[in-house]
Amino acid sequence: MADALKEYEALLPSGLVSRMVEELGDKASDSKVKSVFKRLVDEYERMKVHAGESVGIVAAESIGEPGTQMTLNTFHFAGVAEMNITMGLPRIIEVLDGRKTLATPMMDIYLKRPYSQGQDIKKIALSVKETRLKDVAAEISLNLADARIDVAVDDARLSELGMTKQGLVSVLKKEAKGLSVELRKELLCFKAKNKEENVNEVFKLKEKLKEVVIKGIKGVYQVLPVKRGSEFVIITAGTNLKKVLSLPFVDDTRTVSNDIFEIEAVLGIEAARQAVINEVFKVIENQGLNVDIRHLMLVADTMSAAGRIQGITRYGVVKNKASVLAKASFETPIKYFIEASLYGEVDKLTSVVENVMLNQPVPVGTGMLKLVAKHDEGK
Amino acid sequence: MSKAADSVRHVLVPKHVKLSDSEKEALLKRYSIAVEALPKIMKDDAAVVDLSAKLGDVIKIVRHSPTAGEAVFYRVVSNA
Repeated sequence: MADALKEYEALLPSGLVSRMVEELGDKASDSKVKSVFKRLVDEYERMKVHAGESVGIVAAESIGEPGTQMTLNTFHFAGVAEMNITMGLPRIIEVLDGRKTLATPMMDIYLKRPYSQGQDIKKIALSVKETRLKDVAAEISLNLADARIDVAVDDARLSELGMTKQGLVSVLKKEAKGLSVELRKELLCFKAKNKEENVNEVFKLKEKLKEVVIKGIKGVYQVLPVKRGSEFVIITAGTNLKKVLSLPFVDDTRTVSNDIFEIEAVLGIEAARQAVINEVFKVIENQGLNVDIRHLMLVADTMSAAGRIQGITRYGVVKNKASVLAKASFETPIKYFIEASLYGEVDKLTSVVENVMLNQPVPVGTGMLKLVAKHDEGK
Repeated sequence: MSKAADSVRHVLVPKHVKLSDSEKEALLKRYSIAVEALPKIMKDDAAVVDLSAKLGDVIKIVRHSPTAGEAVFYRVVSNA
């Protein structure tokens, strides 16, 4: 069978070949395999998108129409008030526009065994969550006589985090710059190193001190362990993919962020392209709608073609268009006309929009072709 | 654990291979295009840093595709 397949393998996508081989089973004769695959190649060629088909417009319509049926709501996680996820149309717009700041940045952290089976899941979740000094402080007081800040620590909270006072002191020595830290009896005492003893300065210092991160990953402000299938996953609000991937207990092959730009920076443009597809598809699926994934692939390919993720906006992919008129027809026309006249741009009218504007045949479908006559001057 | 090693093993990252000069020529000839017409990939992209790719090199990317099984894509290394 393998020999009979060889000539067809190059003509067909690998997924199609393996599916057909499965369908045929082992017992098929060589001649049968040949005739089936010959037919398959014919069908495949017939089903291909024709040259000149305006796939972009078809994709836009195919994504846009279901978009009208989507909810405009954000989805709230049952039980956790602070955690909600942007879903529906707002999320799709966010992804396709290439927004840098998301309404609800979040990560799905997958864990390595045995933690994925639920071992110490709460402890691990807490160790990822960003904890500031104010979260473990029972009381913060100013000792104005010595220009000192005294922090009484809540022991119960500290042990919940799996930290000791000594550990806390050593962390603070590293994190709180310009301060000396001391453990006096039960109090943590802070003093400015550069002898600024006026009340104002000490007060400002106290406010800064409250926000010092003592444990966890900066940017992750909420964690929620959930069971997904047969394993435990930590869902976070706030992202910091690079730091999380370097943690020893995290499965660094599957953990993802919903921030496309973060993925681009940490994992590269191809990963970001896949993330665009996944994120949009997730929303569409979640809403019970059905959009062919090829449309999303086309959009994601367009957004990633420049090597960086660009949104479908006048600052993103539209800027790459060659035609002045096409750019001007999208948004802010005057800006583009001024720019074009300043630099003496030439519009070669090679694409669709500009030809529509000038009432000419558009280079789409049969309009792509031109007739060239060959003069035979001799006869 | 370096950043690059992590990124290459991640599920979102497909296989990246650098094409040799002759393969590159054959590719460009097959589609009769100039290198500039290919989609781009940044020189410092996390997935290509350890391929030691130079500007103008072509990277072959073998994606997992839900429709085609495997889909081959090409990007040219660029820095702008």
